Amino acid sequence: MRLTLREVGLGLRRAPLLSALSIVTIAFSLFAFGLFGLVALNVSRALQDVEERVEIRAFIADGTPVEAVSAAVGDIAAFPEVARVDILSPEQALERARRELTEFKDVFDADFLPASLEIRLKPGFRDPQTVRDVAQRLETYRFVDDVRYGEDWVQKLYNIRNIAGASGVILGIAFAAVAIIIIGSTIRMAVLAREREISIMRLVGATDGFVRRPFLIDGFLKGIVGGLIALLLAWLAHAAIDRYLIQTSFFAPSLALLGILAGGLIGLLGSAVSVGRHLR
Amino acid sequence: MIRFSHVIKEYPRTGRALNDVSFHLAKGEFAFLTGPSGAGKSTILKLVFMEERPTSGEVRVSGVQASRVARREIPELRRRLGIVFQDFRLLDDRTAADNVAFALEVTGAPREGIPAKVSRLLTQVGLASKGTSYPRELSGGEQQRVAIARALVNDPMVLVADEPTGNLDERATRGIFQLLRDINASGTAVLMATHNLELVRRSPYRVIEINRGQIVYDSSDSVESSAPVSSPRPSN
Repeated sequence: MRLTLREVGLGLRRAPLLSALSIVTIAFSLFAFGLFGLVALNVSRALQDVEERVEIRAFIADGTPVEAVSAAVGDIAAFPEVARVDILSPEQALERARRELTEFKDVFDADFLPASLEIRLKPGFRDPQTVRDVAQRLETYRFVDDVRYGEDWVQKLYNIRNIAGASGVILGIAFAAVAIIIIGSTIRMAVLAREREISIMRLVGATDGFVRRPFLIDGFLKGIVGGLIALLLAWLAHAAIDRYLIQTSFFAPSLALLGILAGGLIGLLGSAVSVGRHLR
Repeated sequence: MIRFSHVIKEYPRTGRALNDVSFHLAKGEFAFLTGPSGAGKSTILKLVFMEERPTSGEVRVSGVQASRVARREIPELRRRLGIVFQDFRLLDDRTAADNVAFALEVTGAPREGIPAKVSRLLTQVGLASKGTSYPRELSGGEQQRVAIARALVNDPMVLVADEPTGNLDERATRGIFQLLRDINASGTAVLMATHNLELVRRSPYRVIEINRGQIVYDSSDSVESSAPVSSPRPSN
């Protein structure tokens, strides 16, 4: 191991410019991918916020006994799709209406508003089909007068989410592929610069593992350092946007760590492939 | 030690490089491999240190059969050979001593024994005072001596040299050749590819001449051979 680390150090010292170039290239490739990741993360969070507002409202017929409604609430809460059921009395409905709609601000009598059940669905069950199914099941309760859930709005939201998801996957793959190709080429250049050294190592009886090890460590370290720089750049970009444009979220620490490790892994794999070609 | 039996080597692009080559190099023997450029000398040497494998026939080196050797066993074989090239193949950013030590380090030799062995080898090749010099600070002859010292680190049974004097002037050539003779005198077999017919003529060693991938002359008594094509042997 001591010898391997010495070889890594020698490699870095021998071609400091090439090493720096490799790290900068890796950093900017990962930074571009990271920026895309930030956009995807924030779009996803925004859509999630909107999605959480998907709710079904079942209006309760006048004169329904409280016991019947309470029993039904327990029943509905047990639906696998349902996250939460709230009972909204006419007074609560009026209070909300006055808060949200200006035309209700002078209305003080709640008698004309029906009581209702507000049903929120679990994530993953907010697609139009599931919402429709749950609404239809609610309609079967005798005390339910009407069920509403903004069918058009749910459908549109679902379409936007699908488009964003598909674009995210395609762009993500494209960005990742570009990053991997650029990083792979950079590392290949670094390995090519040491082709002669590899041939000499093999000549004097070095095993493939011995030849490969310093390059793998070198690639991994460059990937990690590149990943750290990319993370720093992404954080600076996020901080600037957050301060001057719109409020945005940043990667969770575990995701940031994963990004750095991904940099190291790409460096490691790039090195393994490049050195492997010289060992055939 | 080294045995070639009906060896054929074909390259995908350039075609047949060796055609039915058979010879045997015994323990402690010194043999020249001569012939024009492209005759197949380097291919024979590459087959010896198993950089290449024969298309057909068998190559056996120090008990290792090319057709059966596993990839991971080749480094072990190379440590039992000493390999020297025309272009020295030294690591430019390491001193002469470090170049020699490197060949010991890759074999996992104990660290504490390395400096003494390196010093002994540099003395053996006449470079005791040049251990701290970098290759660019050494003459061609000196660089080749470093390469030979490196080739000797593992006490090889055979030294394989591909045109070791090809880049050297006459004086350096004589020095390197004398060094190879001394190494051979101490029991190491030497297989040396060379263009230098003058050197071949002046020496009492076995000559294997190769042309267009075939052995056209072998001075060894054990091989039926015709008269040499391009390097007439002097009467000893």
